[in-house]
Amino acid sequence: MTIRRRDFLGHMAAGSAVLTMPAFLSGCGVQTATAISQATPENPFMTWFGVDQATTAKVMSELTASGADAADLYFQHRRTNSLRLEDGIVSSATSSIEQGVGLRVVIGEQTGYAFTEDLTLASMLAAARTASAIASGSRVMAPQSFNPLATGNLYTTSVPWSDVGIDQKLPVLKFVETKAKAMDPSIDKVAVYWGDADERVMIATLGGNLVTDHRPMTRITVVVTAKKNGETQTGYANIAARQEFAWYDEQRLIKMVEEAVDRTLVQFDARRPPAGEMPVILASGASGILLHEAIGHGMEADFNRKGTSIYSDMIGKKVAEPFITIVDQATLPNERGALNYDDEGNRAGRTVLVENGILKSYLHDEISAKQYALSPTGSGRRESYKYAPMPRMSCTFMEDGPHTKDEIVAAVDHGIICETYTNGQVQIGAGDYTFYVKNGWLVEKGRITAPIKDVNIIGNGPESLQRITMVANDARLDTGGWTCGKNGQSVPVSQGIPTVLVSNMTVGGENAG
Amino acid sequence: MLADLQNRATQAVERAKAAGASDAWATVNQSRDVEFEHRDGALEKVKDTTSRSLNIQIYADGRYSTHQTTDLKPERMQGFVAEAVAITRALEPDENRRITPKALFANRPDKDLDLVDAEVTAIDRDRRLEWCRTLDEVATDHERVISATAGVYDGSQVSVSASSNGFLGSRESTYCWYGAEITLKDEGERRASAGYYVGGAHVGTLPDAPSVAGIALRRALSRMGAEKGPTLKAPMLVDAQAAGSLLGRLLQPANARSVHQGRSFWSDLVGKQAFSNGLTIVDDPLIARGLGSRHYDGEGISARRLPLVENGIVRNLYVDTYYGRKAGMAPTTGSASNRVIGLGEHSLDALLREVGEGVYVTSWLGGNADSTTGDFSLGLRGHMIENGQIGRPVGEMNVTGNLRDLFTRLELVGNDVYPYSTTLSPSLLFADVDFSGA
Repeated sequence: MTIRRRDFLGHMAAGSAVLTMPAFLSGCGVQTATAISQATPENPFMTWFGVDQATTAKVMSELTASGADAADLYFQHRRTNSLRLEDGIVSSATSSIEQGVGLRVVIGEQTGYAFTEDLTLASMLAAARTASAIASGSRVMAPQSFNPLATGNLYTTSVPWSDVGIDQKLPVLKFVETKAKAMDPSIDKVAVYWGDADERVMIATLGGNLVTDHRPMTRITVVVTAKKNGETQTGYANIAARQEFAWYDEQRLIKMVEEAVDRTLVQFDARRPPAGEMPVILASGASGILLHEAIGHGMEADFNRKGTSIYSDMIGKKVAEPFITIVDQATLPNERGALNYDDEGNRAGRTVLVENGILKSYLHDEISAKQYALSPTGSGRRESYKYAPMPRMSCTFMEDGPHTKDEIVAAVDHGIICETYTNGQVQIGAGDYTFYVKNGWLVEKGRITAPIKDVNIIGNGPESLQRITMVANDARLDTGGWTCGKNGQSVPVSQGIPTVLVSNMTVGGENAG
Repeated sequence: MLADLQNRATQAVERAKAAGASDAWATVNQSRDVEFEHRDGALEKVKDTTSRSLNIQIYADGRYSTHQTTDLKPERMQGFVAEAVAITRALEPDENRRITPKALFANRPDKDLDLVDAEVTAIDRDRRLEWCRTLDEVATDHERVISATAGVYDGSQVSVSASSNGFLGSRESTYCWYGAEITLKDEGERRASAGYYVGGAHVGTLPDAPSVAGIALRRALSRMGAEKGPTLKAPMLVDAQAAGSLLGRLLQPANARSVHQGRSFWSDLVGKQAFSNGLTIVDDPLIARGLGSRHYDGEGISARRLPLVENGIVRNLYVDTYYGRKAGMAPTTGSASNRVIGLGEHSLDALLREVGEGVYVTSWLGGNADSTTGDFSLGLRGHMIENGQIGRPVGEMNVTGNLRDLFTRLELVGNDVYPYSTTLSPSLLFADVDFSGA
């Protein structure tokens, strides 16, 4: 973790956040959980972590011995598995087990944090004393027992990943490889990367709640390398969701393979657009990256309570055309960014960021909600027990508008349409953001013409929102495996959008002459 | 503590052998990390953690896999390792998956890399608070400051590796970083922000907290009134810190895996004049106090100096044992240590004068590169260079081109190394670069 921290400090600009689509990142996964005791109907998660009500209460009491406005114990167990197919064989697998408890005390805007991977009472008490050192007040009344809240049902699986063996997964990787190779004679190499994960969290709060959540995740990525006339091009596609093994039907896999092959082959004919400002059409789906960067991060309330976001003083103001509504919603079944409860134990929900063009609400965790005297929006998330939570996005999208895609294309005399992306980043204070377009097309005189590739687009968040002049009626969420990074913590997210026209953006490209 | 970690590593290897592995390589890590963050006059966050993990690579029946756990209870180890071997056996055999040959970990250097500083392990709460307060005081000393966060991050880590074919090694290091991030009120709703941090294995050689916060404040002030830059073709001067990240993109596919998988523009470049003759890059793992220094790499290969590019000629790539076997390349090392860029003679001021009119890049914002073709497009922040001096601040610009082509147009290399990175680069000056802006 220190390596990450150093990298972060070394390379990141202040107040920036990044979104990536790591094609070759090993994901997630599981084998049969041999060393873990079976769940009991009464209290399966406590049994899983080997703790009980009395132990949890003792640790909470120690954690809040010097005072607290809020406090929580975040127990987590995550098993991941990944497989790699290269050169026709699956000859590499990884698995991991991460288990620990994070202990947090909050007083006003102050946070004390510690964690331990040793779930014995002695070790948890020691960590509680470390975290409580931030406080210097008097003991608060900690609950003697914790009331289990109803579990959510956004991503219930009939077969947990721990019961899916490698023998079942190998044919899926082979199927993807075979289909990809058969699709075009120019295809030279195909690699397939698989990940699955089972995660169990149990959150005990100072308010006396006990929240449990079983969070599955899976992702498959296919990377295609093609050779034609001495030139090599690489492209990829991936799909990800909080889903189970049966989700990978042939149709879904073939669609992904077709996308990867199309994206690869089109690059042989693709070029760079001219550099400079021009109208940009964002195709439906993955173009939701615009919302993530141009407004989403700037609406996370930690930046706003500190006054460091460009949106800090804009609630209630008109920021976009009246046909624009932008939402962050965790309650979308099985989506990669879906959550039943956030990582502070609050029910995750639906937050309208922009309603009919008016800036409505930030994304709050408990610290910011208290400062603004509002209810938390269920947006407190963390990468793992090793980190304190902060406000984050879940599934961020724009709702349908009054136009059609055809109308939008017809309205552009000279510009581009963007289809696929690899990553984006934003500077929270200045509002400047970027996203990298892997594939797109020129739009000339109202028609989609030649393919383009590999251009960065840069804009300013509030300016770009104002410049969204048309919104189509074809909204959809992207199913790609997006991961959002902020202050060194990565969390899975989803994004979506209908086809939209931004009247003016700065497109990377080549200068004439 | 070292003995305990060593026991755990060797026991894991023995368990794997007992469970049927033909070979195994185990690494046990332990780290202690403390973070203090101080914002606008008050301590905001204290995080104090100790973490352990075990990683084991299993070779069984001509098959291979790798497994990691943070659950190190002795009674769990048996099951963990047995399952790791079972997973391995479910994979497909691959004759190229073999444990690192002993010859590659022979002659391990024993130079003192000086990566542990007792003064770092002795840092206490009072000292962290004192740094925080001092940083905060300087960082907030301007009427435009909306918010400033001072941070202190320190800790230590130890790792021990053991293998079934006789490898045994350990690494220990300390680190301490501090600095500040500052947000200023700019025009309208805009905020100007920047940060500056320094760090290293030793604390004694770091610049003092007031000067670090002073640089952070100057950086933030330099962003005030930034405007969208123009669309133009012009010389690009990349400052030493931003140059490290650009070199990272250049070198990202310079390895046997990318080459063998057909995803590298470095494929046919070894032995060729691929870049400007001003470019020299050496991977040097044996620099005293270097942030990437080590005696052996992740596969146990003994550390040695590895020239990657000499005067523009490609000499070596990063080659691990597996992809080296597949690609028919002799292993060098699979991962970067310290990347040292050969220095030129120009100071930053001299480079600015050479440019006359152009763009000075101080940081990147997003963007990416295609490792197969080298095509790239990056967002940037910086300044226009006017009359050989740093001029008005600009942003909302992209620079677009091809990495290999760009580095053939490297005209001059500075002498001003940015030290707080594993890529030790000075400022770099490129000719005829495509910028897009207003």
